[in-house]
Amino acid sequence: MISVITSLLIGAIFIAAIGQNPLEVYLQLFSQTLGNTYGIGQVLFKATPLILTGLSVAIAFKAGLFNIGAEGQLNIGAFASAWVGFTFVTMPWYILIPLSILAGFIGGALWASIAGVLKAKFGSHEVINTIMLNFIALALVSYLVNNIYPVPATIHTPEISPNAWLQRFDVLTGIFKGSPFNLSFLIALAACLLMYYLLWKTPLGYQINTLGLNKGAAEYSKMNVKKLIMLSMALAGGFAGLGGLNFVNGYKHYLELGFSENAGYIGIAVALIARNNPWGIIIAAIFFGILEYGGLTINTLVPKEIITILQAIVILIMISINHFIAQSRYKKFNAGTANG
Amino acid sequence: MVFFVSSCGKKEGSTVTGKLKVGLVFDVGGRGDKSFNDAAYRGLEKARQELGIEFEYIEPGPGADREAALRQFANRSDISVIFGIGFIFTDEITKMAVEYPDKKFACVDYTVDTSKTLPPNLVAIEFKEEEGSFLVGAIAGYLTKSNKVGFVGGMESPLIKKFQVSYEAGVKHANPNCQILIGYAGVTGDAFKNPGKGKELAMGQYSDGVDIIYHASGVTGLGVFEAAREMKKFAIGVDSDQNDEAPGIVITSMIKVVDVSVYDIIKEVKDGTFKGGRVETFGLKSKGVDYVYSDKNKNMIPDEVRTKVEAIRKEIIEGKITIPVK
Amino acid sequence: MDNYAVEMTGITKIFGEGFKANDNVNLRVKRGDIHALVGENGAGKSTLMNILYGMYRPDSGYIKINSAEKTFHSPSEAISGGIGMVHQHFMLVETLSVLENIILGDEPAGFAGIIDYNTCRKRIKELAFVFRIDIDLDAKVGSLPVGIQQKIEILKILYRNAEILILDEPTAVLTPRETEGLFKTLKELRSEGKTIILISHKMSEVLSISDRITVLRRGKVTGDLHTADTGKSELGRLIVGEEIADLSVKVKTPFEDTILEVKNVSIKNDRKFLAIEDISFLVQSGEILGIAGVEGNGQTELIEALSGIREIDSGTVLLNGKRLQQNDVIAHIPADRHKHGIVKEYPLYMNILLGRESESGFSTPYHLKQKELINYTDNLIKEFDIRPADHGQLMGGLSGGNQQKAVAARELTKDTDLIIASHPTRGLDIKAAKFVHEALLSERRKGKAVVLVSTDLSELLMLSDRIAVMYNGTITGMFKAVQTDENEIGMYMTGMMAKDSKK
Repeated sequence: MISVITSLLIGAIFIAAIGQNPLEVYLQLFSQTLGNTYGIGQVLFKATPLILTGLSVAIAFKAGLFNIGAEGQLNIGAFASAWVGFTFVTMPWYILIPLSILAGFIGGALWASIAGVLKAKFGSHEVINTIMLNFIALALVSYLVNNIYPVPATIHTPEISPNAWLQRFDVLTGIFKGSPFNLSFLIALAACLLMYYLLWKTPLGYQINTLGLNKGAAEYSKMNVKKLIMLSMALAGGFAGLGGLNFVNGYKHYLELGFSENAGYIGIAVALIARNNPWGIIIAAIFFGILEYGGLTINTLVPKEIITILQAIVILIMISINHFIAQSRYKKFNAGTANG
Repeated sequence: MVFFVSSCGKKEGSTVTGKLKVGLVFDVGGRGDKSFNDAAYRGLEKARQELGIEFEYIEPGPGADREAALRQFANRSDISVIFGIGFIFTDEITKMAVEYPDKKFACVDYTVDTSKTLPPNLVAIEFKEEEGSFLVGAIAGYLTKSNKVGFVGGMESPLIKKFQVSYEAGVKHANPNCQILIGYAGVTGDAFKNPGKGKELAMGQYSDGVDIIYHASGVTGLGVFEAAREMKKFAIGVDSDQNDEAPGIVITSMIKVVDVSVYDIIKEVKDGTFKGGRVETFGLKSKGVDYVYSDKNKNMIPDEVRTKVEAIRKEIIEGKITIPVK
Repeated sequence: MDNYAVEMTGITKIFGEGFKANDNVNLRVKRGDIHALVGENGAGKSTLMNILYGMYRPDSGYIKINSAEKTFHSPSEAISGGIGMVHQHFMLVETLSVLENIILGDEPAGFAGIIDYNTCRKRIKELAFVFRIDIDLDAKVGSLPVGIQQKIEILKILYRNAEILILDEPTAVLTPRETEGLFKTLKELRSEGKTIILISHKMSEVLSISDRITVLRRGKVTGDLHTADTGKSELGRLIVGEEIADLSVKVKTPFEDTILEVKNVSIKNDRKFLAIEDISFLVQSGEILGIAGVEGNGQTELIEALSGIREIDSGTVLLNGKRLQQNDVIAHIPADRHKHGIVKEYPLYMNILLGRESESGFSTPYHLKQKELINYTDNLIKEFDIRPADHGQLMGGLSGGNQQKAVAARELTKDTDLIIASHPTRGLDIKAAKFVHEALLSERRKGKAVVLVSTDLSELLMLSDRIAVMYNGTITGMFKAVQTDENEIGMYMTGMMAKDSKK
């Protein structure tokens, strides 16, 4: 909370510096993001892939791995979901939807596994590998869209079968009218639940946590560290791969190049702010959803560059204050126990 | 429909009057690309000065932002005309036009699908870039001394492919033995705003012996000019007259009169003659696309070349040359 | 003017909610003395020294240095005031050379800010000569044994002109030989007029080297003694508050089965060199086999191989007559608790789960049985007297002794016949060490086979049935504990003697 207020204050200085009234800008930002169901729908729509990429980064981090590759995993997963959707057009929805979801998960998981296997078998660093895989993934998806499954004069795939659609909430409920907020949000929530259960309620999760906190202890307790590394990376990729459902199955019904809007990278910030806690990730993702959609709503008042700067400042402040709080807690904890 | 609409846009003048107000959503490149988007902005400015209108604009990111931005304007009671700049708006603006029949929409570079009818409140603006690209290709083919010319595209996509293919055809038409090197800055919308990448690609081509590069890459092209300046080579601009970006370096530019098209539509609305549901085509014939031949660059295009190119123009307009687009 | 180098008077330090780490403590250290500060872990020794060193501010009381009242707000102020401290965990940069480490943080800038290495080298050499510390200044610190690293730390503070040296548990990590070397150096320092405060809980050491002793228990001073006038039993009583009973006397257990059989085993280390070459031995049920040796002679590799973490290069290891499998359950108390034995960030009960998470009592493949685990932990807390008795306490918040008790509790209650304990009492205070010793002996009585690795020879002699001495990757001697002594083992440890050990 302190961090949000600090961010808003510093942001206000910037807005005032470009000659706009900060109050007016904030009023517009909040009224249009949270002041009506359409805005809320937009925010949640933006938050959906961020929850999944946030989980992706977080679960890898729990295992002591830094997954920079959520962006690539998201794109590969999204393409897999789309491919299933526009290839098996005759399948009924109760088969096609699960299949499309599964394809997204597996696509992302396989893609991340490249880095996971390289790390486990050869010890090559996952940060470099996942970054490189991002470039390859984007180029690969672009090639597939432009050359293998081209739709003339567009940059998207063919449309998926309506049987693969994840329905929009405005169609289902009548609220959030006009916003593309859709059922994939529930998939994101389910993924959080899964992650929570896995990490804190199962022996496998216990092993992943242990590996991330103390690799030596994991080795000495004879955990299969290589297997855990590969598994964690695959899970991370799977979560990120589900992130494409929001746009592909829930909104446009095709994959459009550039749709991911760096959700994979923002996922890193989401996980950082949420301190890798799945429930925190939901909140952080919604916060970033507000930032992202809010930026658009005030674009008529504030130039895009300033909005980008504002967003970056907010992220920086959130992370540093978070860090600061954690530090001082840690110090207190230490002072309380240092009585040797 | 119940929408809570809070609007207090005061960006370009006041909202009190009953003046005509335009909302425009830019392509990914955004303002400041010295090219396509800036041309649209010039059209707005001209309309404000000459027609006394007001306007607001949004620069969205890729993905879902476009629909949200269009909708944001459509929900405003004070805005009556909404523009989308770029082929990528095709789907969204069609959808919005159907959803908001009271508003008027126009889309530059709309991808026309002849199997579908356009909504009656939407004008699709189409440019025959291939005709202009063919002409600048011919100029490059005539002028090259190394028999090697280059092309730098922004995002690898069917639209930019059209520029590339017709340019290549133009080069070969003028100079069948000429070699053509092709480079693209990327595969996402960001490829239109990456001058560093543009410079890198151009440096590579120039080092391989290319002496003229045609770019169709938005802001990325500024890097191509930078490379040309450094290597003392030549470039061809796109969309707007880009001579001022690198005088003496930019031989000519393939211009699309995006500004004119935007201005024309606004004028129609103002005059009450706006008629939607139609495709407005800008080609060589109507001077909607052209190459620049002005006092500033005359000296770089010899008269003999000028004559040959003008002859090609005539043939294109008369339909004697078919230009490939993919 | 009296001749006290340090006078701390009425020092009280309260942490958190009323926990008095120091309660009206008085400490007076004579100039030129070696003054020992003894007490159990948690008695307040480190707190007191951290106050002197400027890390903490006392809640009441005052400090005089050379009769002048002083308040240090930070260690750097203490250093410029002539006080230096060697911490238990060295603060050296392993990738830098000895010289660079010594001047680190206090680099003399020469022309244009370039470090003037020659001047420093000269000064350090002089210091080393005066105090008879023999070190290659250009060696990389990471490659040196701990004993040498400790001397670097001492040189480092001497280089900063310290007159008063504080050493926190300096012998905890040293071999007997290194300890001897350290004491020699300390005596040199004393003879040059330096004042030394030695924090320790090893009574024999304290008695052999110090001039005076101050005893702390639960934050209060319980004794202020002339070393010459006291002895083990008095000191022990002051430290613990009761007489220390000797450990249970050893009687041969009635078991005869061979639990562990190691036959012609060779093992490679991480760098693919042979760390263990062709060794063989047996451990029987109800027997403790001690393994003595200077650290780095292959013990780590041997233990890792026996506990299934490291692959064997050649030879066979049989557990209960069957070839040892990677997933065989073995109790293993690792040498480095922090690195391998615990997860600080976990609560106690989740540390009990470490390595046992797949046991059917604690989990199914899809679910952890949290309730069962907590019940089990609560029982272990009682059985092993782990304090505080709270299964939810974060492991990092426990004292070293209680951490080790938790590790022992976890490992010794595993379902296995073989127990491997590596330096199980390193860094523990007397009470905790005694507890661990008794736990091991009790397992022995139950018929378990125990392999005990230690550098503390008196520990080995006290607990083991037999002692194998390792040197350079081989076993140079195998003795019945009752038929040998520290001197004999020491000679085999250093490779001065060897006998055919194949059994």
